Amino acid sequence: MKHWKSLLAATCMSALMTGSALAEGSLIVGSVGVPRHFNGAIQSGVYTFMPSSNIYASPLRYSKSWEPEPYVATAWETSEDGLTVTLTLRDDVKFHDGEPLTASDVKFSIETIKANHPFKTMLEPVASVEAPDDTTVIIHLAHPHPALLLAMSPVLMPILPEHVYGADAGDIQQNPANLAPVGAGPFKFVEYKQGEYYKLAKNEDFFIEGKPYLDEIYVQIFPDSNSLILALERGDVDMVPFVSSPRDLKRLSDNADLVIESDLGQAIGPINWLAYNTKKAPLDDVRVRKAINYAIDRDFIVNVLLQGQAPVAPGPIVPGSPLANANVENYDLDIDKANALLDEAGLMPGADGMRFTITADTTNGSEEMGRNLLDYMKSQLRKVGVNVEIRIAPDFPTWAKRISNYDYDVTIDKVFNWGDPVIGVNRTYVSSNIRPGVIWSNTGQYENARVDELLAAAATETDQEKRKALYDEFQEIVVDETPIYFLNVIPYNTVYKKGLIGIPDGIWGAVSPMDDLRWE
Amino acid sequence: MDIFRKMTPTLTRLLEAFLLVMAVVILNFLLIQLAPGDPVEVIVGEMGGASEELIAQLRASYGLDRPVLEQLFIYLGKVLTGDLGYSYYFNTPVLDLLLQRMPATILLVLSALVVAVVLGTFAGALSAKKPDGMGSHLVTLFSLVGYSAPVFWIGMMLLIVFASIWPIFPVSGMYSMRRPDGIGYYLDIAHHLVLPSVTLATIYIAYYSRLARTSMIEVLGQDYIRTARAKGLPENKVIWKHGLKNGLIPIVTMIGLQFGQLFAGAVLVETVFNWPGLGRLAYDSILRRDYPTLLGILLFSAVLVMIANALTDIAYRRIDPRMRRAKA
Repeated sequence: MKHWKSLLAATCMSALMTGSALAEGSLIVGSVGVPRHFNGAIQSGVYTFMPSSNIYASPLRYSKSWEPEPYVATAWETSEDGLTVTLTLRDDVKFHDGEPLTASDVKFSIETIKANHPFKTMLEPVASVEAPDDTTVIIHLAHPHPALLLAMSPVLMPILPEHVYGADAGDIQQNPANLAPVGAGPFKFVEYKQGEYYKLAKNEDFFIEGKPYLDEIYVQIFPDSNSLILALERGDVDMVPFVSSPRDLKRLSDNADLVIESDLGQAIGPINWLAYNTKKAPLDDVRVRKAINYAIDRDFIVNVLLQGQAPVAPGPIVPGSPLANANVENYDLDIDKANALLDEAGLMPGADGMRFTITADTTNGSEEMGRNLLDYMKSQLRKVGVNVEIRIAPDFPTWAKRISNYDYDVTIDKVFNWGDPVIGVNRTYVSSNIRPGVIWSNTGQYENARVDELLAAAATETDQEKRKALYDEFQEIVVDETPIYFLNVIPYNTVYKKGLIGIPDGIWGAVSPMDDLRWE
Repeated sequence: MDIFRKMTPTLTRLLEAFLLVMAVVILNFLLIQLAPGDPVEVIVGEMGGASEELIAQLRASYGLDRPVLEQLFIYLGKVLTGDLGYSYYFNTPVLDLLLQRMPATILLVLSALVVAVVLGTFAGALSAKKPDGMGSHLVTLFSLVGYSAPVFWIGMMLLIVFASIWPIFPVSGMYSMRRPDGIGYYLDIAHHLVLPSVTLATIYIAYYSRLARTSMIEVLGQDYIRTARAKGLPENKVIWKHGLKNGLIPIVTMIGLQFGQLFAGAVLVETVFNWPGLGRLAYDSILRRDYPTLLGILLFSAVLVMIANALTDIAYRRIDPRMRRAKA
């Protein structure tokens, strides 16, 4: 019995010790995403991007006002005709294995990303890359590509060491260094226990004097957001990025020990929306789609269902982007108008008062911004004689299979802007991107020649104002013809313990380097 | 010849086991194919989209573009040579993943088993002492609740009470991220182990207490117990020594038989408590359609259950001379 008591006492002691021993230089980040690997040059997604932009350095960084800033490149110049971009690199950058970072590594990285990155349009116009000396990189473009500089952010253009990932090491998809990455960023990779946690440690030779501040970062992976939020409330983890559930945010905002940072990550730009299958009757009639929009009260969704925690998304480009156009049709609630439009479309109510039935899809995983919204829509649309059958997919692949093969009427979907429209917006609307079996292509099968024209012109327009005008018109058309009813921006908040400062913010938010992060 | 005759039952048994494992592999492989969507869709989903070329390239590199039967034969061939394949999602050999996760599951299952057997037997025996007493009814009530409540629900309730309202236990994982050194490391693991093992033990406590109660009531009605009492032995000695020793036999049987179920329960408990074992890995790989990992886990657990059954069989023959004679 004596042993039992001493063991119990020791257990309690150790519990107290681990709770209070807040190592000054260390940080525990909580996350629900499992990174497949850490090489952001060939794998996208926020859970790879977060470690990738800390392990690898990139040519440029971006300010809060969407301006490029020096990082590995100290200067960048675009030629008059917009066809050549010249970078001047620092000469004092070393990879974590001690090898110097040179222009040929940057050339190799750009070529690797162009060939392998899932965001194909990002570097598509790059025709060739030259590295005339160790600190100069010349990028030749097939046509002007205004999105290029943004694509040089840490999140999108990790500089890989050619001697580790190059052709000599075989197929890059199978390269073991994807799971044991070597970069030149502020933190070095230490270890990864698949699905459990990974650990990063300070890069003592980081090229920015005095940074980073933290000695080590643990990223602990949780199976679901409930236990993650509980761990955050208890103080087991210090920082949680990508908190978007209104219920969680509401609950956490009452906690005096925690700070919620919401004004970040505009370039990630996740939008929650209702997508129509525009080729399927009766939704192929724009009047029917409009009628459905008018019958749904978006303000109610945002203010009541989402508890005011998520901003309205007026159109295809998130409001935080300099290219966003807020002067588009708002679809304020108007039941009479909705009924009138449906009558006009010839869909008269039957004996039971119902006009037609549609299926509405979502996934099991998305409750607050999925199932709940559909439940609300079902009751609203009943008022205009539209019957909604909700179909909840048990998991992502089931849903993706249905949507990408056009086996749906309407669906809730979450799609990301990824900084420049060329990268994350065009894909949903250009008619050349209707590709069966490919999720997040133009799965609404939307076709509009003017939209194709505008997006093609904007992709190569280097004059910012003219570019904005092209996107303005695009946004007006798309909101008016409504292949999609845009609902809300998904609020990617970072929640952290009081006393933590310099949290990764700006337009890339939590997928930016954490070199400024530290305890007060 | 004599040796041969002795070996035949063992060989038959081994052959049976082998065929059974193969059947398990084939059945699982085909069942998994029924789920809509494949691992490439999951990978693409987490990438935020990808081109047709990349999707085709990924499918080809995992061999998913071939006919299902061909995939099955390739997989069987690999399994026979001891290669469990490569995890699509985790980018690692499946065997490495299994070995990495195994210790956590074994620790959890064994500690839950010990807790369940000790507490269950004790409670059952105690209630058998006075079958109509207050204690007995409490044990019956507890068993009923413990046995019928879903194990993940119990886990969540324990989390709310002991990790949130009264935060004396950690909410998740097997150790603190900032690890203490030396003895502190083991205490830290023990501290993390309490809630998951109690949760997993709950249904089995219920099970074993019911079993021990029934068995003890029966044993305590036997002649030799009456004799022991008549001899004037103290009641405690009668119950704990003469009674329990005989009452334990069915419990020993149950331990062997329930090993597989305990393992199944671990999937849920590990998911609730983020315990880094095979169960959590199974859950992750189902959601991600990571066939090789899932098949590896199923194969592993099938083998485990078979070993447990074989051991029970052997134990039987040792304990009960009648079994040996019957075979001969």
